[in-house]
Amino acid sequence: MIEDLTDTTAGEIRARLARARDQQGGPTTGVVLNLIIMTDESRQHDAVRAASQAGRAHPSRVLGVITRDAGGDSRLDAEIRTGDGAPGQTVLLRLHGLMSLHADSVVAPLLVPDTPVVTWWPGTVPPVPSAEPVGALAQRRITDAVSAGTPAETLVALAAAYKPGDTDFSWTRATPWRSLLAATLDGGVGTVTGGVVAAEEHNPSADLLAAWLGRRLGAPFRRDVSGGPGITSVTLLTEDGEVTISRPDGRNATLSLPGQPDRHVALHRRETADLLAEELRALYPDEVYGETLAAMAASRTERR
Amino acid sequence: MTVPTEAALIAANPLRDPRDRRIPRLAGPCAVVMFGVTGDLARKKLLPALYDLANRGLLPPGFSLVGFARRDWTDEDFDRQVYDAVRAHARTPFRDAVWRQLSEGIRFVRGEFAEDEAFDNLAATLAKLDRERGTGGNYAFYLSVPPRAFPEVVGQLKRSGLSTPQPEHGRMPWRRVVIEKPFGHDLASARELNRTLDSVFPASAVFRIDHYLGKETVQNLLALRFANELFEPIWNRGYVDHVQITMAEDIGIGGRAGYYDGIGAARDVIQNHLLQLLALTAMEEPVSFAAESLRAEKQKVLSAVKLPDNLALGTARGQYSAGWQGGIEVIGFLEEDGIPASSTTETYAAVRLDIDTRRWAGVPFYLRTGKRLPTRMTEIAVMFQRAPHLPFAATDTQELGQNALVIRVQPDEGVTLRFGSKVPGSAMEVRDVNMDFAYGESFTEASPEAYERLLLDVLIGDPPLFPRQEEVELSWQILDPIENFWASQGKPEQYPAGSAGPPGADELMARDGRAWRRI
Repeated sequence: MIEDLTDTTAGEIRARLARARDQQGGPTTGVVLNLIIMTDESRQHDAVRAASQAGRAHPSRVLGVITRDAGGDSRLDAEIRTGDGAPGQTVLLRLHGLMSLHADSVVAPLLVPDTPVVTWWPGTVPPVPSAEPVGALAQRRITDAVSAGTPAETLVALAAAYKPGDTDFSWTRATPWRSLLAATLDGGVGTVTGGVVAAEEHNPSADLLAAWLGRRLGAPFRRDVSGGPGITSVTLLTEDGEVTISRPDGRNATLSLPGQPDRHVALHRRETADLLAEELRALYPDEVYGETLAAMAASRTERR
Repeated sequence: MTVPTEAALIAANPLRDPRDRRIPRLAGPCAVVMFGVTGDLARKKLLPALYDLANRGLLPPGFSLVGFARRDWTDEDFDRQVYDAVRAHARTPFRDAVWRQLSEGIRFVRGEFAEDEAFDNLAATLAKLDRERGTGGNYAFYLSVPPRAFPEVVGQLKRSGLSTPQPEHGRMPWRRVVIEKPFGHDLASARELNRTLDSVFPASAVFRIDHYLGKETVQNLLALRFANELFEPIWNRGYVDHVQITMAEDIGIGGRAGYYDGIGAARDVIQNHLLQLLALTAMEEPVSFAAESLRAEKQKVLSAVKLPDNLALGTARGQYSAGWQGGIEVIGFLEEDGIPASSTTETYAAVRLDIDTRRWAGVPFYLRTGKRLPTRMTEIAVMFQRAPHLPFAATDTQELGQNALVIRVQPDEGVTLRFGSKVPGSAMEVRDVNMDFAYGESFTEASPEAYERLLLDVLIGDPPLFPRQEEVELSWQILDPIENFWASQGKPEQYPAGSAGPPGADELMARDGRAWRRI
């Protein structure tokens, strides 16, 4: 069911949400978190769709905040979606005029109490996520450096602004690689003396992956540029020879260990909904990300 | 030279960090050999679960699957079977790339269990997979076959050398064997079965699958009890009146006549699922969630279970007769294909058990299971005592029942808390209401299926969710006297299909001044 409200207030939206719940026999009982999406009209549709897909694993009250021009009169328009196949509820909020600078005043009354808050910026990365009013409401703040023109510089800026609870999709995208690498080292490959991460040029996930490997293994990792898509290979130099995971097509990876047959495994690139679902699984600060981000920023500054 | 263990290598892995919760445990290189690939379980659950694991990125590179059966199939035929099973029953979306990787590692070995040559072929196939796909000599043998075939299969695994790994790349590969219930049909046969397995595989390499223990809700029971301050203080005789553990099925025996006749509801369900649920509900807090600690507590509580003094009064059993179930007219148990008219096998069983510990003295645990009951549901209901004093007029609380905490295992997984609440209005009237945590409703789509979880645990070698032989034997020690008593009692009571069970079960509760929860 979709309800459109023009020139409304947060109080009115609250009342409608409560009524929708009463009529449908309590669809908010299972809501496990509040997800605030800070977006513009162009990204709104995809972001909300990803949120409702992720909502199957993490039923959420999704608040999509779309800020319109700050000039003109303040006005709040809302679109309330309930019970359309996905658990939880979605409210799209369009903020006009000066109100767009005070999004937190609209969002705060609409949060489900006793339930964690996550803020996600699918587009423009704010300079200091935790200092944004809607970021301060949240214990988890998700950005996506890829959406910026210069992702690596954006990550360096995010490193300077880092507060526990920050996270970035470029880190989330590295998880399948990281778990495959960790599993490979479970088998014991000997001491790693260095390595290479190859990916297309603007790929912040590869930068983070190289920083993570370098930090954890205490060895220098080089970042090479390849034709993509995404990350195409990771090579570890060990006493016994090279350990390589290569993925030239973005789908299937080959793991090569010295003196052992090649092994194949599917390693596909994931959809936004999967990335979001991973982020929503654990809401405490990701310290490993914080450390990796700092290491990556430090190595870039050094290089200059 | 000492061969490092898997656990030691993982502990030494610099990429692992306990704070890094994004990285899952993956199984190391390995192959699964499945006996009984043509069965229902393989088709509907096991093969799709393997695909889902691959799709979630939890299977190791080079993972291979070998099917073993009597059919005259080629690798391609088997591949096709797996494909169909995956398309029909997998829970995660179908991805071509994932399927192709899985499919590359699929092999089929044709043979009878008695044929030495077939098992030599199997050994050769696995050795070839080690060379070509790097499965590293790690094999899990999944015996999805009737228990009477176990001795032969296990004997063949030993004879062909498949049960004894040799060091490879400086590591000692593992061999594991997975079996499904029934783990025997009484204490003697369970021990016999164990001797068979024990002669070939060490106890730590035997994984007994009770798929109930892979269900999220069952694991959530541990979180509910031990992660909260709210419930554990009242989880004892001071506050709990009794506990009801129910597994109701709406179906009849279907095509399982051959298996079911002579086995019955108690051996089929109470011995494994319900006694495991009882153990998890009643056990003391384990010192950790390591397999050994968990098992120690389960064994302690199972060994403290006491049977009713008079089995005639403390147990009930029944057979469904013809009737209407869910609007459909169905035949009775004795009319089912393959069931002799003289069968005394029960399709419904209920039993009162007591637990002789300080925590539970005087708190009965009522277990019941049956087929052709009104609906399909499994739940653990902890029924609390009534308030010692009610400062209301008796008429105000007429509709107030006992407080209850209900853990719904299936379907609609979740937890319900039942308590009294004032009915709105000028009069003081108190009535029962439910506070509902709909775990299943909201989370099922993404949460792994029980078999996925259990298969992964087998490949990782993580045993907490698998019952050990000691627990199996304790369960049979509880059930054997009841079965012996029933065997001397002639025919079970009849209950019409679609009803809640035989009158004897209601009388059992009525004698204690209690009643079953509605099914």
